[in-house]
Amino acid sequence: MRSARPYLAAFRARFQLMLQYRAAALAGFATQCWWGAIRIMVFAAFYGVHAAAAPISLADAITYVWLGQALLALLPWVADPEIGQAVRTGGVGYDRLRPLDAYGYWYARTLGWMLARALPRAALMMLAAGIVLPLVGLGAWAWRPPSGLAAALLFLPAFMLMTALAAAVLMLANIVVAASLNERGVNAVLTPLVIVFSGSLLPLDFFPDALRPFLHVQPFAGLVDIPFRIYFADLRGGAALQGLALQAGWTLVLVGLGRLAMERMMRRLEMQGG
Amino acid sequence: MPQILVEALAKTYRVAERAPGLAGALRGLVRRRWRAVHALVDVSFSLEAGELLAFIGPNGAGKSTTVKILSGILRPTSGRVEVDGLVPYQDRVRHVARIGVVFGQRSQLWWDLPVLDGFDLLADIYRVEPARYRRRRDELVAMLRLEPLLAQPVRQLSLGQRMRAEFAAALLHDPSILFLDEPTIGLDAPSKLAVRAFVRRLNREQGVTVLLTTHDMHDVEALAERVIVIGQGRLLADGPFENLRAGVLAERRLYIDFAGPAPALEMQGVTVRARTERSLELAFDPADIPTAKLIAAIAMKHAVEDIHVDEPAIEEVITRFYELHDSGEA
Amino acid sequence: MNALALYGRYVVASLRAQAQYPAATLMLTAGHCAATAIEILGVFALFDRFGPVGGWSFGEAALFYALVNIAFSLADLLTRGFEVFGTDFVRTGAFDRVLLRPRAAALQLAGHEVRLSRLGRLLQGFAVLILASRLVPIDWDAAALATAVWAVAGGVALFVGILILQATLAFWTVESLEIVNVLTYGGVQAAQYPLNIYAAWFRRVLTFGVPLACVAYYPVLAILQRPDPLGAPDWLLPLAPVAGFAFLALSFVAWRAGLARYASTGS
Repeated sequence: MRSARPYLAAFRARFQLMLQYRAAALAGFATQCWWGAIRIMVFAAFYGVHAAAAPISLADAITYVWLGQALLALLPWVADPEIGQAVRTGGVGYDRLRPLDAYGYWYARTLGWMLARALPRAALMMLAAGIVLPLVGLGAWAWRPPSGLAAALLFLPAFMLMTALAAAVLMLANIVVAASLNERGVNAVLTPLVIVFSGSLLPLDFFPDALRPFLHVQPFAGLVDIPFRIYFADLRGGAALQGLALQAGWTLVLVGLGRLAMERMMRRLEMQGG
Repeated sequence: MPQILVEALAKTYRVAERAPGLAGALRGLVRRRWRAVHALVDVSFSLEAGELLAFIGPNGAGKSTTVKILSGILRPTSGRVEVDGLVPYQDRVRHVARIGVVFGQRSQLWWDLPVLDGFDLLADIYRVEPARYRRRRDELVAMLRLEPLLAQPVRQLSLGQRMRAEFAAALLHDPSILFLDEPTIGLDAPSKLAVRAFVRRLNREQGVTVLLTTHDMHDVEALAERVIVIGQGRLLADGPFENLRAGVLAERRLYIDFAGPAPALEMQGVTVRARTERSLELAFDPADIPTAKLIAAIAMKHAVEDIHVDEPAIEEVITRFYELHDSGEA
Repeated sequence: MNALALYGRYVVASLRAQAQYPAATLMLTAGHCAATAIEILGVFALFDRFGPVGGWSFGEAALFYALVNIAFSLADLLTRGFEVFGTDFVRTGAFDRVLLRPRAAALQLAGHEVRLSRLGRLLQGFAVLILASRLVPIDWDAAALATAVWAVAGGVALFVGILILQATLAFWTVESLEIVNVLTYGGVQAAQYPLNIYAAWFRRVLTFGVPLACVAYYPVLAILQRPDPLGAPDWLLPLAPVAGFAFLALSFVAWRAGLARYASTGS
């Protein structure tokens, strides 16, 4: 484990830094509660008309929304601003001087950044939407716990994989930013793609049925749609395991692509003199 | 009728008191304790048109508060302020159209715009008649040698260049009064000289009234006949700098290099401030011993190689003045 | 030079600054267009799956969506100065320089940085407007056009008012408060659907609290020449956008109070 120390240290440092921004977290939290509330009201309106047309129950849709708000920081919809900053100020070169695997180091930092932003907010959201709402009699609009033991157990790896996948996506985005020095272009493509295809905008099954086969296997499904459906057992048993495999598979692919891209970029930096 | 009139000006801020630690923070949420900070207490002075006044004082003394009140962006707690017949904070728009303000190290010009575009925009903001604007602009560009910089975005200029452009920007609308807040801070030596020369010219040739706040005593030396010293919100001195110097540190310094070892010198009214193997630094009051007499007395008894007479450094004068009035940094 | 002409000069200056980075500006605009356009995908998917809601078809809902997005994007263009007021002006002391110019502070802030990229939302809003016109038989006669323009104007006034309030808060808190996004972006999120689909309490908030209903819902009813399913009188429908202007007037009152406070406490 000694070799993992620098990566753990990087993770921890980033985590602690982000935890300092508590005030911002609280403001963002209130905003997100509102977001969630509006989305739920929209769902309720449509379910009220023709609930049978829905692929999942309203209760599950509500849980989906709250889960999404709670874990929003795990959605890789914008490239890490610090990377863009490091690129702009030339700090990228220094990373090469450290005796580390560059990809692993950046990956650990990315994980730290995401989890540090996600976990406090998730805890707050769980308190508000999972505990307070039922207490004040609005249990019908609350965030429900996992649907059964199997779902809960399967959600653990699903959550870990969704985080790993998100970090891999963000790494690839960051590397493209570093290589092209073009953060805006990358975000212009990344943001809409991720928000739609991860299931953040709507659970993927709400999109027209004809698209379902494609939507279920594309890489971003593992970011939101798959793990959340495992949570409320819309995906169970074999289907859940398939979902996990999909998450894992795409994570490996994207990590591999990321490492390749990083190697090429580093080599190019070396040749240019950094 | 003075152009700037300040009478019994006072400004008090209410600052929330925060006790340290978590308990203090929580208590602060429930009941706030307020502390009064007296930034200005009974300040009075006046300025005639065409005067050049330097405002000096330690940090936190109330210099920028005074300038902010005079420029109309801050409202005093009490007292009377009149600039060109207007009360600055009551008639903000009319008042600021007549003044120019330069803040040291900060530029009002737009970062991404070429300098000339910034000037044009300011002309529109200040509603300067086009022909007058062009004339004034060309005059300032020539005076400040801005011609090669006009097409460059402000972000590409060095600090010295930016400050020159800044002066032009502040004067495009032909104000009769110019407020300068630490204008030479951070500038290199040639730029400082250029700024001082420009301000002097502006004041002497064009009759622009100038009120300048500064920490740089060489600015004061180069520009101001009249100096106001502010300390802890109060006016401590108002008059020619020479009077200040005479009142505080009326002495001269004599630096002597000897051909041989520096002698032990004991003369009445003469203090040895510093000694090296072959030189002495002496302090004396020319009112007691005329300079020429002292030099002659020493040269008669010892072989002297070089002599240099000077006044104490201006910083020393000011520091001594602050000490006397016990008005160090609040 | 009067205020409007000066504002025009500010806009030109801002555009010139952005024109120095054409590729970045284009990409920001495209990115913003894409990021905001995905919302209509969501609207479409829901209508496609569930069918008409609250008596509305997708095409009709698209009309609400379009007007709200067009109004907000225009307001967004006008108010960058207010949006960053706390962080970029109050905290840095740059607001002093604004006050040292012989012009209204609000005018200078409105002219501060007109971001071209915000046109991205405007573009997709217009695209959806055209889509709505194709899907639904809308009689775009003079009255309907006038109502649409009037609704957008009211919407712009409302959103500008909200953003001015956000800036006014900064006089007290010194930071720009993210939470006001609940009203701006949240408002767009809520009002992009016909408001009668929401529960009564929420509708009341959106009519009397932050009058989004008045600048989107009621005027669209007038354009589509449909009576309000909730019973508001027909004559009220086209007049409703005036509420947006009333809101703007109130926010200016607050703004002036903030200015007075700044003058006595400084930065």
